Amino acid sequence: MADNKTMEFTEEQINRYSRHILLPEVGGKGQKKIAKAKILLVGAGGLGSPAGLYLAAAGVGTIGLIDSDVVDLTNLQRQILHHTSDVGRPKVLSGKEKIQALNPDVAVNMYEERLTAGNALKIFGEYDVIIDGVDNFTAKFLINDACYFADKPLVHGGILRFDGRVTTIVPKKSACYRCVFKKPPPAGLVASCQEAGVIGVLAGIIGTIQATEALKLILGIGRPLTDRLLDFDAKKTQFREIKVKRNPDCALCGDHPTITELFDDGDPFAGCAARP
Amino acid sequence: MQVKVNGKAEEIQGGTVLDLLKIKKIEPQMVAVEVNDKMIDRDHLATTQLTEGDQVEFLFYMGGGR
Ligand SMILES: [Zn+2]
Repeated sequence: MADNKTMEFTEEQINRYSRHILLPEVGGKGQKKIAKAKILLVGAGGLGSPAGLYLAAAGVGTIGLIDSDVVDLTNLQRQILHHTSDVGRPKVLSGKEKIQALNPDVAVNMYEERLTAGNALKIFGEYDVIIDGVDNFTAKFLINDACYFADKPLVHGGILRFDGRVTTIVPKKSACYRCVFKKPPPAGLVASCQEAGVIGVLAGIIGTIQATEALKLILGIGRPLTDRLLDFDAKKTQFREIKVKRNPDCALCGDHPTITELFDDGDPFAGCAARP
Repeated sequence: MQVKVNGKAEEIQGGTVLDLLKIKKIEPQMVAVEVNDKMIDRDHLATTQLTEGDQVEFLFYMGGGR
């Protein structure tokens, strides 16, 4: 990593990041912002894999990985952080190795645990941007709520079958996940991710957009994907943008919130597929 | 009359948002609904009348990521 006191890049680093530094929107100054950035990936799986690899390549100073799982053979169809020889190994460890093999400048913090109301705020507090790469509604709502209470920007992502979605949430400024989807769907009506299936490349498309959003937030450039849901249909190769607004009746970020502290909600293994 | 459902023009008989959900066999608890960029509260689906040219968005939960 660049020397922390002066943040001067070595010649090798200037070379490594030269295509960034050439961009007027990034430059040496922006690359230093990236080098100082701390980004947390909740889930080192489908979305976390491409996001983690690209953020590592970009030179993000610190990447946090939260995941309590070990690599399973069925993960390899899309979770490109993990290789065949990693089956049975903790995902955070496998992920850290790949990230640092790609770019030894990156510090990787491993959290081999499940995200809960008990640990979320403490962990989120250490980071600048949070990336949602989890596979169930309970965790997605918990991440949304924790980002609100920790006041951290969130890049939300979801994938299902041939469909994907990305949106950026800046707490108290833009619509949150609960502004649109008030609460997780009833468990009885939902199929699990394992039952639903997903085309593997979709993780790459959506996770890479999430990484792009995170870098834009770090650099403070462009127009963030706030107050917009970006839906991708892989069958049609079509993106659609749906405008959303902060909901004054939102239980979390509305005018009269009823959610005033973080809570664990229901079965963390609740499913992911809702489309009829 | 014609409305747009998720960006696609569709001919419908009229009625409420809940009627349209029923025709499409969509369980109201599984969808967030916007009409003309405005979120419709689940409690108001049965009282929100659709009119010609309305833009309806059915936003389905997408929970995957791993
Ligand atoms: Zn909200």
